[in-house]
Amino acid sequence: MSARTATASTVPADEPPVRRKGTGPLRKAGNYLVMIVITLVFVAPILYMVIGSFKPSDEVLNGLAGFLPKDLSLDNYAGVFDRFNSPATGYFYNFYLTSLIVSVVVVVGGLVVNSMAAYALARLRWRGRNGVLLAVILLVIVPFEAITVPLFYLLNDYRNTYYVQFTPFIAQAFSVYLFYTFFVGLPKQLEEAARIDGAGPWRTFFYIVVPMSKPVFASVTILTFLSSWGAFLWPVMMVDQPQFRPLPLEISVFLGQPPTDWGQIFAFGVMLVLPLLVVFLIFQRWFIQSVASSGLKG
Amino acid sequence: MSTVTVPPPSGPVLDEPPATKRRDTRAALIMVLPAVILLLAFVVVPFIAAGWLSLHNVRLNSGRPATWFGLEHYTRLLTDPEFYRALLNNFIFAIIVVPVQTGLALGLAMLLNRPLRGMSAFRTFFFMPVVFPMALVAVIWKLIYSRDNLGMLNAFLDWVSFGHLGPYDWLGNPATAMLAIIILSIWQGVGFQMIILLAGLQGIPASLYEAASIDKANRWQQFRNVTLPGMRNTLIFVVLVTTIFSFRLFDQVWILTQGGPDNATTTVMFQAVTAAFTENNVGRGAAITVIFFVIVLLITLIQRRLLREEREVS
Repeated sequence: MSARTATASTVPADEPPVRRKGTGPLRKAGNYLVMIVITLVFVAPILYMVIGSFKPSDEVLNGLAGFLPKDLSLDNYAGVFDRFNSPATGYFYNFYLTSLIVSVVVVVGGLVVNSMAAYALARLRWRGRNGVLLAVILLVIVPFEAITVPLFYLLNDYRNTYYVQFTPFIAQAFSVYLFYTFFVGLPKQLEEAARIDGAGPWRTFFYIVVPMSKPVFASVTILTFLSSWGAFLWPVMMVDQPQFRPLPLEISVFLGQPPTDWGQIFAFGVMLVLPLLVVFLIFQRWFIQSVASSGLKG
Repeated sequence: MSTVTVPPPSGPVLDEPPATKRRDTRAALIMVLPAVILLLAFVVVPFIAAGWLSLHNVRLNSGRPATWFGLEHYTRLLTDPEFYRALLNNFIFAIIVVPVQTGLALGLAMLLNRPLRGMSAFRTFFFMPVVFPMALVAVIWKLIYSRDNLGMLNAFLDWVSFGHLGPYDWLGNPATAMLAIIILSIWQGVGFQMIILLAGLQGIPASLYEAASIDKANRWQQFRNVTLPGMRNTLIFVVLVTTIFSFRLFDQVWILTQGGPDNATTTVMFQAVTAAFTENNVGRGAAITVIFFVIVLLITLIQRRLLREEREVS
C-alpha cells in the first residue's frame, strides 16, 4: 500500500489523480452493505448448524424459523453421547480417536518424511538425485482418486484398522514439492557456515534449515490436517466397523439411521468441525498464507 | 498441479573432501528413503496395479484367481450409457463450476483487495466454509434442500417471492439435483480460489495501475489490460485445479444422492467406487480410474501448453 501512495505523490501536479470510486460516504455504506450480504451467504449455513445443534429436532427443520434461537439446550450433545454407547453403534470417542490418530500420524509423519526427502533433493549432492526429483514431480499429477481402486484391492487384508487409514497418506509428492521449492529459495550462507564448522547434513538440516522454515512447515501442516480430518472416500471403502470410523464417515452413517434427529446430527457436526474451526481461528494468518502459497506456482 | 516450475537443486558451493561427499551421499539416501519407499508402495505400485487390474476379471474374497479379461472392461464401459452419463455429469459440473466459481472467486478477491477497513474480517468469513469437510457440508445442505416448505431454501424462496416459488424437491428431481450439488460445492470451494487469486492480485505492481490511471484508463480497461494479464498464470492454475476437482467429485454425491435420481448425479468416481466396492467388480473399477487418470492427464497437458504459449509471447 505504501508503494502505491508513494507513486501517487510523484504524479505531476497538472495531472489530477483519477478520482477513485469508493470515496464518498454513501458509496462506502454501499460497499459495506454488499460485503455484509455476501458474508451472510457464507455464514448462514454455518450459523444454521450451530443454532440447530442447540434446538429440538422439529425446531431445526422448520423453514426460516430454523434460525431462531428457541428452546436452546445441550440436550442434543448429551443425546449424541447417549446414542453412541455400545459396540454395535460405536462409542463417540471411537470416532474422535480415529480422526485424531489418523490426522496426527499423517501430519507429523508427513512433515518428517517429506521435509527430509525435500532437503536431500534440494541441497545435498548424490547420484540419482535428478531422477528422484523428476519422479516426485511426475507423481504430483496423480490424484489419490486415480489409485483408490487398486489400493482397495491391495490392502484388502488390512480393512478396519487405523494404519490402513494413515499409511497411504504420509508420503505426499505435493508436500515434498512444497518443501523443495522453499528450501531451494533459502539463502545458503548459514548452511555453509555450519558445514565449515564441521556440522554434518543431519545437524545442518535439523538445527539450521528447519528453524528457518517455519512458514512451509505451517503450510504443509494446515493443508495436510484439512484433508486428513475430512477424509471420506478412502474410509468409505476401507472401514465398516464402527470402532474404526472417522468422524466424517460416521456422520454420513448417522444421517441414514432412522429416526433422524436433526438436532443431534448438527451437534455431531459441530463437534466434528470444532478442532478445524479452533485451529483456523487461532492460526488464521497461516491458513490463508498456506492456501495462497499452494497456488503460487505459475 | 503441473504449473510446477522446478528450480534446480543447489548444494553448498564448497570444495568438499571425498569423505564429506561420502557422508553427504549416505545422509541423502537415508533422508530420501522413507518417502521413496512409501511413494513406491502407495502410489507407484497401485498406479501400475490399476492398469493390470483393469485387464482382468477380479473379485475380492471369492477364492478364485484373477482371470485375463483383455480390453473387455474398457469396451463395456465405452458402450455403457450409464458410464457416459457419469462422464457427461462430470462435464456439466465442470462447465458450470469452473467459470462460475472462478468468476465469483475473482470478484470476491477484487472486493477484498480494496483499501477498506475490516477487509480481513470479511476475508475470514468468506474463507470459513473451506475448513469444513465436504461430508459435513453435504449434511448441512441436505437439510437446507429439504423438499417441503420446512426446508430452508424452499422457505426462503417462498418468503422472497410471496409464496409464488416452490416448494421444490431439490435433490429428488433429476432436473435440479446436479444444480443443488453444484451450489453447495461452490459455496464450500470458492474461498480457496479466492485466497489464491487475492495473492495473485496483490502480486500485480501498483505502478501498473498508476500508469493506467495516467493514461486515463477506466476501471474496465484497467481490469482488461492490467488485472487479467497480470493474473494469467494464477487464473490458469485455478482453472486447472477446479477442472480436475470437477472430475474427482464424489463425497457430496455419495452422501446426498447416491448417483440418483435417474443417474442425474452419478459421476466417474461414484461409478468407480460402486463397481469396485459395492459390486465387487475390481477390474471394472480399476478401468474407470484409468480412464479418470487419462482425463486428468489431458487437462494437465492442455494447461501446460497454455502456460508455454504465454512464455513464448512474453
